[in-house]
Amino acid sequence: MKKRILAAMSGGVDSSVAALLMQREGYEVIGISMDLYDFSVVTKGRSGTCCSLDDLYDARRVCDQLGIPYYVLNLREEFRKEVIDPFVQEYSSGRTPNPCILCNEHLKFRALLRKADELGAEGVGTGHYAVIRRGETGRCRLFASPDASKDQSYFLFSLDAQRLERIRFPVGGMPKTEVRRIAGEAGLPVFEKKESQDVCFVTDDSYTQFLSRKGLKEQEGHFVDKKGAVLGAHRGILRYTVGQRKGLGIAAKEPLYVVAIDAEKNEVILGTEDETLAAGAIARNATFVAGAPPAAEFRATAKVRYRHAGVTATVRCEGGKIQVRFDAPQKSVTPGQALVLYDGDEVLGGGWIECASV
Amino acid sequence: MKTVYMDHNATTPVHPEVGKAVAPYLAEMFGNPSSIHWAGRGVRKAIEDARQEIAAFFGCQPLEIVFTSSGTESDNLAIKGVAYRKGNEGKHIVTSAVEHPAIINTCKFLESKGFRVTYAPVNRQGIVEPDSVRRALTKDTVLVSIMHANNETGCVMPIAEIGRIAREAGVLMHTDAVQATGKIPIDWKELPIDLLTFSGHKVNGLKGAGGLIARKGTELEAVIHGGHQERGRRGGTENVVGIVAMGKAFSLLKNGMAEEVRQTRRLRDKFEKALFAGIPDLVLNGHPVERLPNTVNISFRYVEGEALLLNLDMLGIACSSGSACTSGSLEASPILMAMGADPVDAQGALRFSLGRGNTDEEIDYAVEAVRVVVEKLRAMSPLIKREAKAR
Repeated sequence: MKKRILAAMSGGVDSSVAALLMQREGYEVIGISMDLYDFSVVTKGRSGTCCSLDDLYDARRVCDQLGIPYYVLNLREEFRKEVIDPFVQEYSSGRTPNPCILCNEHLKFRALLRKADELGAEGVGTGHYAVIRRGETGRCRLFASPDASKDQSYFLFSLDAQRLERIRFPVGGMPKTEVRRIAGEAGLPVFEKKESQDVCFVTDDSYTQFLSRKGLKEQEGHFVDKKGAVLGAHRGILRYTVGQRKGLGIAAKEPLYVVAIDAEKNEVILGTEDETLAAGAIARNATFVAGAPPAAEFRATAKVRYRHAGVTATVRCEGGKIQVRFDAPQKSVTPGQALVLYDGDEVLGGGWIECASV
Repeated sequence: MKTVYMDHNATTPVHPEVGKAVAPYLAEMFGNPSSIHWAGRGVRKAIEDARQEIAAFFGCQPLEIVFTSSGTESDNLAIKGVAYRKGNEGKHIVTSAVEHPAIINTCKFLESKGFRVTYAPVNRQGIVEPDSVRRALTKDTVLVSIMHANNETGCVMPIAEIGRIAREAGVLMHTDAVQATGKIPIDWKELPIDLLTFSGHKVNGLKGAGGLIARKGTELEAVIHGGHQERGRRGGTENVVGIVAMGKAFSLLKNGMAEEVRQTRRLRDKFEKALFAGIPDLVLNGHPVERLPNTVNISFRYVEGEALLLNLDMLGIACSSGSACTSGSLEASPILMAMGADPVDAQGALRFSLGRGNTDEEIDYAVEAVRVVVEKLRAMSPLIKREAKAR
């Protein structure tokens, strides 16, 4: 009998081609989309995020063409608990959260693997750009995509070897152009579709509205400098993120940046470009793909946000915490974002940035 | 793959005789029924013959029937038609909490237009109690709309008694009989009811045709304005194929219903008994007796309805669960919630609805499949582990 696998479908070209490739490989593929949120609240006709209604339509049409069943699974409760609530909590604590990583960790590669069990499938395949390889010891290892401009390994750092066993990234090692070519040749209706961009449940300009619906009040407070001197009034800490320069509305001799956010005092700390530089970072809830760090202290390349080029650093691990000392100071080390550690292309693991260290 | 269709409350297979009856109307009988020439005349006759067949089934006058596109449109016509016509006499409507979305959402729309709507509750067994309708009536009430039988649980409502209450109060009474039609006897002459919705595809006809019976003298505003079709109550060139199919389906039903229902009831009872005997921790949703003879709705404790439904689909068994939201995913059924069901039980509910064509052998296959899938899912259920720990 054919082995069965779930294809997590967003309606985009990557996950569509992933489903196609798994089918060509001989799998019995079942198309799945996740119903995570009442998108009619935020997306009024908008497409181009993970799972809006228009995208579900596209996913369904791709499955029709592949001749595979397609189901939409209701995971709203998990999404609220594991992604939305922490998202709100992080903002209220003055951090800048990364909900996409939480969604990967808890929805795509936890809830969907549970669904795979329920449906008698061996695992889940997605359209992520990252590469899973089996190491010499037989354990799975995670690598960045060779197409650096598409690489999504940053969002996947929290997966461990055990789960990677059951995960497939069929397009993960290809350049995007190749993925589009396959989609075009197969006549998939989504081959020209543009990329998904925003966080799926909020648009760039509606963060504050979303958060206020969730009960976070915008409270005006003070911009202060590092010594605590008041520089002006801010419109509520939710509107700011570390490293931000635009939209502060403060006149000063040299450009000012957000250096830190103090949620307890409701203060936004500003400083010069130099003052945004951090010598290192401390991250919590550390996880490693191999299950444990390679050593108590080791050298690695650290990324402190998705588009960060990465910086070589010395890493120390202790009791679920990671302390990183960068070889060169880094700008905008933002609490709430992930710190991801690489050895060359290989993802070692990471954690959640608690604070920058000087 | 072996397939077993157990979702007849969603739609039914087309009766082979229906298929034969519509063939000419997909070919040479193409005329517009409103035309006075030869091409139109024969088609017009087919529509009026269908109307007569359907009238004979329900025991109403042919001209009391208005053809529409669907049960949903009929519900819209009944509710908006009365509301628009009688809005100057009063702006209050009484319906129930477990109606089909065609009723609930039409009422919600009217609420946005200044009407007041009371959603009468149901008891724990899913039945609307006549007293709760009586209590909801006000001087302002212009319409009572209570379904004949519920689509998810099969619960049969005491609509004759509710109709009498409405009539005593001088209020029009509508019933959505889409699910009841063809499954329990309906005698229009005996029912104290002014408006009744039916549909073609639930009785082995075709999708795209339904009707509303409006007792002679009941004034209705049209919802679809256009030509003079259906005596001005519903504009638009008639769906000839759908109407002919519906006429044929009802004429077959008039003769064959008693035997079909007997057979369906026997299979449903067999299925239900076998499940309850073979699988522990099941809950029957709905009334054990006051229920359509083809429907059984069961909560499978410690299992999500969704997982069960998809696994059964992969084994070729078609049934349904809760209600689908816009995305097509499943949510806990508002109907079971209105009955006061435990939310977890409501998540684990499945509806099996039998009908024409089901066989003993299919029932045996389905019972075994459900048993195996439930066992497998329970073995991996986090719910059952949590419960075991709590004990």
